Amino acid sequence: MGTDPKHLEVTLETQVESVNLAEEMCLRVAEAAGFGEDDCYKIGMSVREGVINAFHYGNQERPEKKIHLAVDLTGDKMIIHVLDEGTGFTLANVPDPLAEENLLSTSGRGIFLMRAFMDEFDVVPGRTGGAEIVMAKKLPLQENPGSNGQGNKGATPPQGA
Amino acid sequence: MALRATHRDAGQCTVVDLSGKITLGEGSALLRKTVRGLLDEKRTHIVLNLADVDYIDSSGIGELVSAYTTAKGRGGELKLLHLTKKVHDLLQLTKLYTVFDVYTEESAALRSFPSASV
Repeated sequence: MGTDPKHLEVTLETQVESVNLAEEMCLRVAEAAGFGEDDCYKIGMSVREGVINAFHYGNQERPEKKIHLAVDLTGDKMIIHVLDEGTGFTLANVPDPLAEENLLSTSGRGIFLMRAFMDEFDVVPGRTGGAEIVMAKKLPLQENPGSNGQGNKGATPPQGA
Repeated sequence: MALRATHRDAGQCTVVDLSGKITLGEGSALLRKTVRGLLDEKRTHIVLNLADVDYIDSSGIGELVSAYTTAKGRGGELKLLHLTKKVHDLLQLTKLYTVFDVYTEESAALRSFPSASV
């Protein structure tokens, strides 16, 4: 992946299918950016959890509300924004799913997984009045910058010509 | 890949063979329906074989916890068998590996139930 910034934005319906759609879309971007299998899994899972959060907690599964997904590729990281049209929430108020009393809870692990799988994670007030999840993963180091993650095959001109 | 679930009896125990993804929507719903159905039939000693489950999200984790607590609440037990690496790592990360009874051999899982006659 080169160093040119890239931006992708899509508005999703508040429905279960949007979770898979968002994950697949971001996985394609991540693969094209040169992320390996393990990082792609973590990015895909984080996007899935972010959109589940917007679908269920943010938009309360109300179909008239939308989920706004944006992906930015900068020179050094992939940044993902998931914005809902709910009333927002404060990260500090989210219960710790690892606490003994929450271990057998049937929900509340999405934020924890996003935090664990991404290099950066935050929740900020969104322009819709809802919550905006902002998370980022550092791009993998390129052995040969500008080669689009394909190594240096064909990139070196013949020597001594 | 959508989740598929089949089950087979092994003495007093029932082994549920799952394959695919346990995620929000149909996957989680199928797991719930399968486990509730077995409990309604008084099949309360349940082993979930996850050998072919390659992906699970927070909704799927929640459904596993729900299946575990519902089985306990009905006087039964639910155990996990053959975790794939991804599911194993996810259960460790969420500290649930210590909550569930996890087995790598089906025979050991079946023998672990109280007064099991396999």
